[in-house]
Amino acid sequence: MNMILPTASISATPNGTTRPQVRIVIVGHVDHGKSTLVGRLLHETGSLPDGKLEMLKAVSARRGMPFEWSFLLDALQTERDQGITIDTTQIRFRTRSRDVVLIDAPGHAEFLRNMITGASQADGAVLIIDALEGVRSQTRRHGYLLHLLGVKQVAVVVNKMDRVDFSADRFKEISEEISAHLIGLGVTPTAVVPISARDGDGVAEHTPRIGWYKGPTVVEALDALEPARPLAELPLRLPVQAIYKFDDRRIIAGRIESGSLKAGDEIVIMPTGKIAKIKTVESWPVTPVNGPQGAGRSVGITLDRELFLERGDIIGHSGQSPRDTRRIRARIFWLHDKPLTKGEQILIRLGTKESRATVVAIEKAIDPGALSNEENTAIARNHVGEIDISLAQPVATDPYTENPRTGRLVIEVNGRIAGGGLVLSVDAGRPAVPIDIVPVESALRPDERSARYHHNGAVVWLTGLPGSGKSTLARALERRLFGNGGSPILLDGDTFRAGLNSDLGFSPQDRSENIRRLAEVATHLARNGHIAIVAAVSPSTADRAAARRIADSAFREIYVATPAEVCETRDPKGHYAKARSGGLPSFTGITNDYQPPTGNELTIDTSNRSVSDATDEIERMLATTGILFDELTDLAANI
Amino acid sequence: MDHLDELEAQSIYILREAFARLKKLALLWSLGKDSNVMIWLARKAFFGRVPFPALHVDTGKKFPEMYAFRDRFGKEWDLDLRVDPCPPIDSVDPTLPPAARSAARKTEGLKLALNKYGFDGLIAGIRRDEEATRAKERVFSPRGLEGEWDVRDQPPEFWDHFNASPPQGAHLRIHPILHWTEADIWAYTKREGIPIIPLYLAKDGKRYRSLGDQDITNPVASTASSIDEILAELENTRIPERAGRALDHETEDAFERLRVAGYL
Repeated sequence: MNMILPTASISATPNGTTRPQVRIVIVGHVDHGKSTLVGRLLHETGSLPDGKLEMLKAVSARRGMPFEWSFLLDALQTERDQGITIDTTQIRFRTRSRDVVLIDAPGHAEFLRNMITGASQADGAVLIIDALEGVRSQTRRHGYLLHLLGVKQVAVVVNKMDRVDFSADRFKEISEEISAHLIGLGVTPTAVVPISARDGDGVAEHTPRIGWYKGPTVVEALDALEPARPLAELPLRLPVQAIYKFDDRRIIAGRIESGSLKAGDEIVIMPTGKIAKIKTVESWPVTPVNGPQGAGRSVGITLDRELFLERGDIIGHSGQSPRDTRRIRARIFWLHDKPLTKGEQILIRLGTKESRATVVAIEKAIDPGALSNEENTAIARNHVGEIDISLAQPVATDPYTENPRTGRLVIEVNGRIAGGGLVLSVDAGRPAVPIDIVPVESALRPDERSARYHHNGAVVWLTGLPGSGKSTLARALERRLFGNGGSPILLDGDTFRAGLNSDLGFSPQDRSENIRRLAEVATHLARNGHIAIVAAVSPSTADRAAARRIADSAFREIYVATPAEVCETRDPKGHYAKARSGGLPSFTGITNDYQPPTGNELTIDTSNRSVSDATDEIERMLATTGILFDELTDLAANI
Repeated sequence: MDHLDELEAQSIYILREAFARLKKLALLWSLGKDSNVMIWLARKAFFGRVPFPALHVDTGKKFPEMYAFRDRFGKEWDLDLRVDPCPPIDSVDPTLPPAARSAARKTEGLKLALNKYGFDGLIAGIRRDEEATRAKERVFSPRGLEGEWDVRDQPPEFWDHFNASPPQGAHLRIHPILHWTEADIWAYTKREGIPIIPLYLAKDGKRYRSLGDQDITNPVASTASSIDEILAELENTRIPERAGRALDHETEDAFERLRVAGYL
């Protein structure tokens, strides 16, 4: 059954009809027959303009070659001379149900950038495999890249069946191998079709030579691919392209990537978090326009107040805005000759935002042809990997899984796109790596402070269950040290949660970040001669180990080892009671595990001793571990 | 959003990217149906005004109707119109076939204008469906110092991320309607009420499908005397759009040679 209607090569929507348009890329290993299939498809569907066939025959004859379909798309002399497709091209035809834009992409490894250029525009793909050669490295590489580009619909075509005598067994073998590979990548093939593109078997019609095959033809398989899912249901994302002030209006211009907007909407501008209302949606020749404007539209809006905003900001609705961050993880493909390495300075483009960035880590490096992991030091040309990127400026973005449009990026090297990929996670809590930051040292030397305070700087870290007595001990120690002329400073976990760390929740990641910030602040104080007394549950051994790494030799860990039953009877903040009734789902002590320390400098059980007794013991520990000076020695040393 | 809305939004996005990322832009106005749509899109993108010059590289051999159109709408559309002449034919590569040689004057004229004004971006109204080498174009297409196109080393371009850093002294070609078809152009021209040159409509059984220089452009047989009739004709024709352009048919690679050397 031929489902294609004849048409000119120019297929469009005359009279504004609303036929869906699908964009389909044809990929596969070199010489497996992509261009031939495209030529054949156009011929079979009557889509070739007059004279084209004759021209191709003449071109083939002039080169002393049998008739070559691929010359149709391989328009460049170099391509015809070498019999390869260098660059991607596009051509159109219509099926009964839709308009198809076919994107022909080169198979040569060295032209992978052109394949990606073509495939990034596609709603679906046809992956072509030579029946004789079977699945090759480039087949696997293309499969992987389709997955990475977010192309989920893949129809597999097994070509050159004539060269394997139309063997059903050979077809089954290849079909199973490629299906397993694609499914492993999270892509389910929509069809696997045996064909001979040169002769036309299975392209638009079933022929007796493949009579054993009962599935769809290539044309039917194309007809089953769906146009891209509408983005209108996702939250609003309007990346700012520019702010125009051609007249008295100050128009913010951009394309709505997802969601929709209208006059009167309350919006938030990220990454700054500024709030405004949309006053008007401007247009030309008629303005303003009423009603909602949806995803895909290039619009201009004015706001109800004068705000500073700039190209690269993203506008969302309040409560549904993208996240701001200076740290992202991304899965990328790399196209540049020079491998991407850790520590490299790059330029990132996320939507209309441009930011310098540093590659903090190469977390994975994979050759998608061999599907083998490589050493995590560099991502070679045409390979893929996962990287951790630190940005010089805050950016607004979404993980790719939440928004495919704002969750993708490209990397530029020397003004040229060198790679690109998907945002895997937005690690708002992780530090940006300093690029142009030169820390300024204190005007005072540590020994000048020590002489005044009679102690060295330290981080005294009190860990233990809620209600174990950490804050009580910390406050007593603070009073004691101050009384002796020292400079203690209390850093209470809850106090920090109310301010500096108010952006953090209680997920394991957020808890780690909470501890990291506490440790950073405490260490800064310690380096400047103060004794930072930290009172924080800090249940995770790993997080406390990280804090010890930050503070290094200034770190003193005290485990306040009061038994859990005692802590619960105290319940100074009422947390235990609330947790027992189910009101605090991630409360340490009831539902979360507390990991007691080992290798801590001191352990104190407050259930069987007085506060002042415990404080004495802490003071002794600080003296024996070199934090508090013996006063006489100290004075003698500084006279 | 219908198909034309999508095309329009994408073109506006491209025009705004060009304006945001390049310093000195110009829009090439050949007076034909495509570049008229392109100017219309620029007016939409920038809310009624075109914030860069419109450049007409004039061979001096256009149809009188085209000059009349230019003079009228250059004013009505409030364009910063620059008309620059092309050098004489004997300054052009003599190994090219005659029509291509004639067309190559335009490339030379373009180079002179580029040097004169120092543009780093030229917006051009070419479409992929017009011609096979144009089908391989990027949206932002870097050109060499001499305006040449290196088809073997085009930069990657994906997800509407464009390369916008031309080498020192070189320029970029920006193609905001690359993804449109001939029928899209006519359907949009009708929907928006964009004025057209009457030569596109059939008279005495012939009309021009593509307008170039008088001496190297021929009309095709047609009875389509309105845009609706043109659209109906395009539905059924198998004659390529550039059939009336002599330079496309002289030798297999005439057009590619022109384009590699900097022709549109």
